[in-house]
Formats: sequence, structure tokens, C-alpha cells
Amino acid sequence: MSLVANREAWGFESFMKQNLEKDLLRLTTAGSVDDGKSTLIGRLLHDSKSVFEDQLAAVKKSRINRSTGAVDFSLLTDGLRAEREQGITIDVAYRYFETPLRKFIIADTPGHEQYTRNMATGASTANLAVILIDSTKGVLAQTRRHTYIASLLGIPNVLVAINKMDLVNYSEEVFLTLQKDFDALAKQLAVPHVVTIPISALAGDNVVERGVHMPWYHGPTFLEHLETVPIRMETPSDAVRFPVQYVIRPDASFRGFAGPVASGVIRPGDPVVSLPSERKTRVKSIVTFDGDAPEAFPPMSVTLTLEDEIDLSRGDMLVSPAHPPRASRHFDAMVVWFNAEPTEPGKSYLLKHTTRTVRAKALQFRYRVNVNTLAHEPVSSLHMNDIGYVEFETVSPLFFDPYTENRITGSFILIDPISNATLGAGMIRADLADQTAAEPSTKEFAPVTAGERYMRHGHMPALIVVEGNIALATRLERALFDEHFEVLHVSGDALPVSALENQFAAFASAGLVVVYSCAALSPGEKRKLGNLAADRYFDLSALQLPAEEIDAARQILALLQSLRVVVDGGNPGNVI
Amino acid sequence: MGETSKEAVNTTTINGGGERAALLTPQKINYLRALEAESIHILREAVAEFARPVMLYSIGKDSSVMLRLAQKAFYPGKIPFPLLHIDTSYKFPEMVEFRDRYAREIGAELIVHKNQEALDAGANPFVLGTQKCCGLLKTKSLLDALAEGDFTAAFGGARRDEEKSRAKERVYSFRDSFGQWDPKNQRPELWNIFNSRINKGESIRVFPLSNWTEADVWFYIYLENIPIVPLYFAKEHNVVIRGGSIVVAYDKWDLLPGEKTQRMVVRMRSLGCVPCTGAIRSTADTLPKIIEEMISFRRSERENRVIDHDEEGSMEIKKREGYF
Ligand SMILES: Nc1nc2c(ncn2[C@@H]2O[C@H](COP(=O)(O)OP(=O)(O)O)[C@@H](O)[C@H]2O)c(=O)[nH]1
Repeated sequence: MSLVANREAWGFESFMKQNLEKDLLRLTTAGSVDDGKSTLIGRLLHDSKSVFEDQLAAVKKSRINRSTGAVDFSLLTDGLRAEREQGITIDVAYRYFETPLRKFIIADTPGHEQYTRNMATGASTANLAVILIDSTKGVLAQTRRHTYIASLLGIPNVLVAINKMDLVNYSEEVFLTLQKDFDALAKQLAVPHVVTIPISALAGDNVVERGVHMPWYHGPTFLEHLETVPIRMETPSDAVRFPVQYVIRPDASFRGFAGPVASGVIRPGDPVVSLPSERKTRVKSIVTFDGDAPEAFPPMSVTLTLEDEIDLSRGDMLVSPAHPPRASRHFDAMVVWFNAEPTEPGKSYLLKHTTRTVRAKALQFRYRVNVNTLAHEPVSSLHMNDIGYVEFETVSPLFFDPYTENRITGSFILIDPISNATLGAGMIRADLADQTAAEPSTKEFAPVTAGERYMRHGHMPALIVVEGNIALATRLERALFDEHFEVLHVSGDALPVSALENQFAAFASAGLVVVYSCAALSPGEKRKLGNLAADRYFDLSALQLPAEEIDAARQILALLQSLRVVVDGGNPGNVI
Repeated sequence: MGETSKEAVNTTTINGGGERAALLTPQKINYLRALEAESIHILREAVAEFARPVMLYSIGKDSSVMLRLAQKAFYPGKIPFPLLHIDTSYKFPEMVEFRDRYAREIGAELIVHKNQEALDAGANPFVLGTQKCCGLLKTKSLLDALAEGDFTAAFGGARRDEEKSRAKERVYSFRDSFGQWDPKNQRPELWNIFNSRINKGESIRVFPLSNWTEADVWFYIYLENIPIVPLYFAKEHNVVIRGGSIVVAYDKWDLLPGEKTQRMVVRMRSLGCVPCTGAIRSTADTLPKIIEEMISFRRSERENRVIDHDEEGSMEIKKREGYF
């Protein structure tokens, strides 16, 4: 069906070859209103297209006649002003361009309202932040804020564009003063790689072409820098992190674990440890549609098969035995809060970290960062667009690294369990386990808590009601037991429903999953049981179960995985 | 339950094994492979978290790329969700033939949905005008099909570089229980962590190709040898010139009173319904020629471009109503 027989034509092969050597740079732009961001991006998109076409012309050995009419470059992007006038949403917008050397994705983050949220979003995946400074205004409070967010989100490169140089007579002195001001800020914030370039977005000096006005400047132009800056991995790390995203099991003979390589290089034969089970095995093969791969590394998404049949599912992680991540339910994180409703003390949130979603609580707000002064201020909650340092506790452990070491295993989002809104984003700073361990243990003779039971059992207690089908209840008890649940089948003959109401609290505090088989219950009885077990009450008559008990048990089992780790999107199963 | 006191805090420690992973070498993949990896990640994440995903399959080049990515994501398993085609019944016969054959070839489940009620009532673009016709045969039909199938997530092949309102759309685009998009109330989307939580009746459109450009799509089709509908390649067709557009005419039913067909070598840049898809004069009959043409078009589009804010605003409105 394919019609690609004719691959000769106009040096196409060499064009394609060059093209496939390109890598990808993600950048984000920040600047206050009127600093010239739209003009700069517009010019970049416009002028870089010509560069790309010149490459094409070169391989075709003909010249393209480039037009250089006057263009309002800011119109090529959504001018913020235009957007506001028309009531079009002001939000992060993504733009794309390429040159013969690289492909670029710009996360363009408008200032003003929702600034912190927008910029944090754009910065989260960026390799480079462009910070715009208007040469007639200098380093402002906003510049401080932008740079802080860039450093908070761990962007490894910062490119400072000192814009509107035409308005200060292209003065080297002005440039050097501003550069010095910014360097002081960068030092304060420990921003690692900073390059400062004097430009005029309007006239085009040092954007793509060098221009004639600043002969004193010998560094790269804006685009040259984008094309050549090393795409730094936040942390070149040989610690393997492979969050299991999905289990691929087309038939009994194949069981593959699909996921992204978050860090490290994986090769067949490498030893790996699975978390949380701590089982050791080795990588057997790296399976892809294009054949087995000799190695896998970030940002690849691959499928691994393992030497041993170990219990492994979505939310688990494969790691290198020599460099395990932290595993803890207790950690500190910097949090950016997005929601109009402030944080609520003691409220239980859903926390999604790699492929794992767990319940979490903010235990303590240590401080809030004033993004303009960078001062730490005491707070008892976080409001919209606040950035604060928060102590968290999760219901089951996370496997993580500090965000500064790994942007994937160090980040999470917070979700409202009722409204489902994305409330905030977090960057893990420190594991509090060591501290806790170091403290003299006060829990030695303390009562055993529900949390401790949970840690031991690996799941929450629950009540499953099976009406009129003892065989299914028995089968379910067996299936759950085999999956390492603490489970007890209680028959309604032995324990009438009124007695169960009294006993359930005791079962629950022991952490048991109770399968209760009985004759049909009245709605009132169901309501009572439902209230007892709250969101861990499972009434099987409400499910449309397969006729075969074995299939039904399997489906229920999948449903109960939620007792271990909260899962999303209404899909309890993660194994095909 | 869930009452975990501070004393209960417990940690798991993992013993470090003696073996060190191989030393890091600067492994690198090119930008197309990076985009491919990102898309595969998105597809897998959605399938893992949504109870009933479906792929909106439009038969066009972007859909073809998306389909290949889905094959890759779940290999050696089959694509674990059905493909849904919204058939307006005005599609090119080549598209329908391609759709049926290709779905069969790769073993994918195909659902074809038509708004039969509207078609029986005689819906067509000549009587209704294109906007109303699209509304009935595409938007409404799509929303009906999603509701009928109880689909909680629908993959779409839209790219952010297509037009300006898309540039701001998330990879996971939330739709309320009426299938509508609220651009003012999008969920923040950081890193590659997606929020798939929805309540009953709500759904999410998932766009795995968000960060691809038109050029990327063509390069990938070339690189991967992905089959596409032959209409993308230049060929001699019977056409009429209607309202400044070149429209392919298959038989006399496609003609308006007074129209005459002529033979012309043309190709399609995008595929839609026969009466509303303009062809372009082109002799590009191979992928290299199409790619060359695309790059030079971009130049002319840039030079002749009139920035039309009206149009862009109206696209945002269309999407708020549930249009893909
Ligand atoms: N003189 C001069 N004006 C500029 C330059 N860059 C932008 N401007 C002007 O500054 C104003 C704001 O620019 P715009 O790109 O809309 O700023 P934004 O709000 O940051 O997107 C516009 O009038 C631009 O023409 C420059 O390099 N020199």
C-alpha cells in the first residue's frame, strides 16, 4: 500500500539524514508584560523558518528568494493584548520551530494572572528558561520571581535576553551592568548555567542574525545559543528508575512491563530490584515493535521482560540494586498551589507520583516563599499561586529521589478526591525517614496503629458483600488470600447482619478484608454496612459481574487493588 | 481508617546490592524518537487509567501515525481499545476502503458511527451549509457515539501547531458531561503526570500527538513506512472549481446545476468529506515530493498570511461546544 518507492529526488536522502540527527530542546519563556516576549518569539518563529528553508535550498542547490517585508512579529504569536481584548483564554501556549540543528518546543507562559501556575507548568518540562529583561527597566521584582520559579522547577539552563537594546543606544555599559545585576540574582538562587545576550527583538539584532549595532558583543546570537547549548539531563545518573506503567500480557507466554526509563541505562542481563516487593531479578530483554533493543535510557518508553516470574504491576518500580531510591511515607516537598480554595489542614488528597496514586495528607506547613523577596514566611495554609514547603505523609510508601536528582521520581501532583481538580504540584526535597529513625523511638510500647497494620498487610481493610452465592464468596476468599490479602470469609448463617454491624469495627481495626456472604439484604441494611465501611464497601450486586465465578473473582480482585494503591480514571485493572 | 498518627511512620529500606549499573554514557535519541517515546507514554498511561478508552480514527495522516504509535505502545499485544470512525457518509470511497482494509490488517476493532437520523432527514452540506452539516454529522455524531460506547477517554490525533486555540490545549483535555471544553478551566498539566480522575458522565480527550508538527508527521510516515490513503498523492481526477476551491467529483450526483468537470492532477492536503475538501494542484506523487512541497508551502503561507483573529476565536467556540 505504501507508495514510497521513489526516494531519490532533490537530495532528499541527505536532507532526511541531517534531519534525523536533530535533537529536541524544550524551553520556556518568561517576562513581564511589554518586555517584548511576543515580539521575540514571533521573530524567532519567523526567522528560523527561513533558516530551515535555507537548508532545504542548500540540498536542492538553489536559492530561495526570501522576502523581508515589514512584519509585526508579535502577531505571529498570540499577543497577550489581543487575547485580553478578545476574551481569549490566557494560558500556557506551546509553539514549535526547527532549524537544521534542532527542533524546539516553546512553552510560552503569559504573565499576570495565574502567573505562577502558568510558569510552573511551562517550566516543568523545560531544559532551558528564557528570561527577558527590558534594558530600560532592569532587573525587576518579576525577574526575581521568574528566575526563582525556573530554579525551583529545576531548569538546568537559563538564557537571559536583555531586550530593547536599541532604546539604550546599544550600550555595552548598560548591558554589563544588567548582566552583573542578574548574575548576583543567579548566584543567590544557585542557578547553574546562565548565558546573557543583548538583543533587540524589534530590530532583530542578535536574535537570529548578528546585526551591526553591537560589535562589542562576541558571544552567540540568541538562536545560536539555543542551537548549541548542551541539553543537560538534570542529573546524569546511572541509577535505574523504571516505574511500571502497564503490564502487557497478550497470552500466557509473554509478560512484559511497559514504562518510561526515568533514569539510568538498562541492558539485558542487568540486575534489578522490584519495589515494593524487594524481589531481585535480571532484565531478560528490552522488547520493542522494531525488535529487541540492546539498551534503554531516558526518555525512551520501552517494555521489559524479566528472568524470573515476579509479582509486579502498575505503580511498582524496577530499580538498580546498587542505587535504590528512598522508600518512605514521610517526606518534605516544595509545593506550588494552583487552586482558588486554599489547602485544608488534615484533608486527604490524592497524590500522583510516577505511575502510583496514593492518599496523602499535608501534616505541616513549614513556610511560604515570598516570590518577590524570596523571604520565608510562616503560614498555616497555602493559597492560590503560593509556593510553600510542606511536610507530607502518604498512606503507602512512595519510591522517590529528591527532585534535584531526578525530575521524574522527585515530582508529584495533588488531586482533589471529590472535585478531581489538579490542586498543586510538588517537588520532593527530603526524606524524613532518617530523622524519624534517629529520634528515640516513642512508639515501642505505644498501641499498634492502623497505619502500622497497613504497612504490614499492604492494604486497607474492606467489606465485600456477596448475596446468595457462597461459592463465589469462597472463591473470592481463596483468590484474595493467594494475592496476599488478609482476608476472612464470614457467612451470614454464622453471623447475622445485625451482629456484623457490631463486629465490623473490630475486623476493620485488625485490617481485615471481610467477604460477607448472606441472603439478599434490605436497602436499609446495605446502607448501614455501607456507612460502616465507607469508601471501602463493595456491594457485588451493584457490579455487573461475568457469569463464570472465576472471571468474576478476577474482576473483583482487580477492583480491590484500590485497597493497596488508589487508582484513577475508573480503571481498577492494570493487567491485560 | 486512614488515621495514621505520626508514630506510625514507617519506612522501607532497600539493601544495596553489590553490582553497579553500567557507567553512564551520553545516550541520545533524535527528536522524532523523543516525540515517539512521549506519545507512547501518553497512550499507555491513558489505557492504564481509563476504564473505556477509544481512538478517534479519522483515516487521515495524523490518525495513521497515532495508530502506528498505539501498535508500538502495546506490542506484542494488540491495540487494547477500539477505533471509532465518525462516518458522515460523504467520505471519499478511497478512505472507507482504506479504513476497512487497514483495520483488518492490523487486527484492530473498528466501530463506524453515523448520525443516521440526520442522514435520513436529508442532512447534506448544500442544504444545511457546512457549519450546520458538520454540527450534525460530525460533532453530534461523535458525542452520541462516545456516550453510546460509554467511553471515558478518546484519543485524538490533533496537534498543537494546527491552530491557535489548540496551542493552549492540554494533552489530557477534560470534557464535562455535555462533552464540552472549558478553556478557562483547564487542569494544570506538569511534567508527564496526567490527572485522569473523572466523575460519571465526564470524559477526557487525550492527544498523544500534541507536540508533533505537520513536518514531524510526514517525516515519521516516511521513516516508518506507514501506509496512508492514496488521495494524499497527486493523481489525475475529475474535478470542478467551486467557490475558488478544487473539488473532486466522483459522479454526476456530486455536481451542482451548471457545473462541468475537468481532468486535473491534484492531491489532498487533508482528508474530510468529498464536497467540503479542497484539493490542491500538485504533481507530488511521492513522499519526498510531498515533504518538499510542504516546506515550500510553509514559506508561502508565512508570506501571504493574514492573521485572522475572528477565525481563531470561532475555533475556540466550536471546541467549547464539543467539536474535536
Ligand atoms: N524599541 C523596541 N521595542 C520593542 C522591542 N521588542 C518589543 N518592543 C515593543 O514593546 C512592546 C511590547 O512588545 P510585546 O512583544 O507585545 O511584549 P510582551 O507583552 O512581552 O509580549 C511593543 O510595542 C513592541 O513593539 C525592542 O527590541 N525594541
